[in-house]
Amino acid sequence: MKHDTIGYEFLDHTGDIGIRVWADDVKGLFEEAARALFDIITDRRKVVARLRREVAVQGSGREELMVAWLTELLYLHEVEDLLFCDFALAEIEQGSAKGVARGERRQEDRHLINTAIKAVTYHLLEVKEQDGRWQARIIFDI
Amino acid sequence: MAEQISVHLKQIDKYRWLIPREGGMRTDGMVYADERMMDDIKKDQSLLQVRNVAFLPGIVGCSLAMPDIHWGYGFPIGGVAAFDEREGVVSPGGVGYDINCGVRLMRSGLERKEIQGQIRDIVDTLLVNIPSGVGSHRKDLKLDKGQQRKVLQKGAQWAVDQGYGLWNDLEHIEEKGRLPDADPDLVSPKALERGKAQLGTLGSGNHFVEVGYVAEIYDEKAARDLGLAKDQVTIIVHTGSRGLGHQVCDDSIRVMLQAAHKYGIELPDKQLCCAPLASKEGKEYLAAMACAANFAFANRQIITHWVRETFEQVLRMGPSTLRLDLIYDVCHNIAKLEAHTVGGTERRLCVHRKGATRAFPPHHPDCPADYQEIGQPVLIPGDMGRCSYVLVGTQQAYEETFGSTCHGAGRVMSRHQAKKRAMGRSITKELEAKGIYVRAASHATMAEEIPEAYKDVSDVVDVVNGAGIGKKVAQLKPMGVIKG
Repeated sequence: MKHDTIGYEFLDHTGDIGIRVWADDVKGLFEEAARALFDIITDRRKVVARLRREVAVQGSGREELMVAWLTELLYLHEVEDLLFCDFALAEIEQGSAKGVARGERRQEDRHLINTAIKAVTYHLLEVKEQDGRWQARIIFDI
Repeated sequence: MAEQISVHLKQIDKYRWLIPREGGMRTDGMVYADERMMDDIKKDQSLLQVRNVAFLPGIVGCSLAMPDIHWGYGFPIGGVAAFDEREGVVSPGGVGYDINCGVRLMRSGLERKEIQGQIRDIVDTLLVNIPSGVGSHRKDLKLDKGQQRKVLQKGAQWAVDQGYGLWNDLEHIEEKGRLPDADPDLVSPKALERGKAQLGTLGSGNHFVEVGYVAEIYDEKAARDLGLAKDQVTIIVHTGSRGLGHQVCDDSIRVMLQAAHKYGIELPDKQLCCAPLASKEGKEYLAAMACAANFAFANRQIITHWVRETFEQVLRMGPSTLRLDLIYDVCHNIAKLEAHTVGGTERRLCVHRKGATRAFPPHHPDCPADYQEIGQPVLIPGDMGRCSYVLVGTQQAYEETFGSTCHGAGRVMSRHQAKKRAMGRSITKELEAKGIYVRAASHATMAEEIPEAYKDVSDVVDVVNGAGIGKKVAQLKPMGVIKG
């Protein structure tokens, strides 16, 4: 276990890419997972917060909500050609979550797509609280 | 990273390994591999996944895995599982996110030496004409809602209707390029939105168009029937249903998680979520999946048309000289209702092939008329640096694996490991030294797709050939490749 209160690391998975995320609270966990997702897609440092998108998702339980949240961000990325750098989760309840993602439209001369992600999977999915800290394991299909 | 459950493995012969039924398994598992491959396979959790699939209700025969097996999500990649139409289930995880990802092969009237000098031009022009990588699409192909529905209903037939290719092409596509019972009303607005600008695009990752030549012939008669001769130029197209298919899978998994609970199906892994084939959820998944499959058939058909245009443009030759005929098009991520004889009785089964190819034998009614004598062509692409294979289906595959065989090389390295391995190297130059000119839309793709990240496809093909569940016909070697 790392000592940082919030962070993530990559997990090696033959077909795909996985991440393990940790944070002090569940909101931080969702935000950090979103940062990890866009770190895989692009160099997030080169993305400027010029526009915002509100994201509202539903799902039964934290795990389904996590997949729904990341999937929605991925959908906006793919359909509107957006890249996000900054995330804030406003509320999370049993069956729903709401948040804001900030970023900009992809510009070919400034943004490189490092890895295209097809989907956020339920494979080995885990979102749990342990000793007052939150942890998640998420595998992306690429 | 998963809990460690040990899987018992019993070697049956040189190529067959049994995972005996135990615990909650409803049947045995059977893995096709040689001893050396099995050492690699044991390193990840894919054998556990073969075992997990055997838990699902209504499974008929063994939970099968081809030699290119590797760890997928839920079902292993390289997995084949058949379920009884009345008592069994259908699972989106048994098809995968890239619904009807598949491969097609074209032959030509050209010899290798005729295009050697122009391979760079051909590859560069392919990259201009065929949108590759993230967010790229052609401005001259935009669909309104009505047309998009037709694509989902009619697949490659729609594309040919629109002038992309020839009617004769349809005879040489699995299911003639159109899965029946596709219902666009069951495809979510999100999936339609993702697919809107992605028809006629290659995508990224392991998708590619490869110009190559016939390097080796193993079966003269079959090669002749397929119109293949040594040194002849061939073209392979590998892509699928893009974002539309990914979204259909995603939407369906959400439904299936509820459905599995509703129908009391116990799942050893969430990603195996499923519904009875006879249920509303099961039927709706198959109808939505058919839409995505048809999108993929249309996608490969349109790309084929642009390949033909590219050759005409660069070589300044007409279609009758180029003779870029479609040999065949196979799906390798799909679930289909098929008739199979099990224990002497004919049964309707839903065969899931996830990273596996249909391999129907000679004289099967679903085999094109001109291939009746030799069996259905099976196309096995390798990595971009080695080679690919053409096989034909066999009676043994029909009897043993529901007419299925392997689909490709299968990764041995994670993408992360591959990138590390490629660090500081010019993969493009290394391949050029071997006479292969590669252009990729993204630099990262080149690193992730380095040849050594994959098993040697020759080993994979030797296993299915040795086991009799596929018959080697020809080996193809790459000359030029575009990657997404």
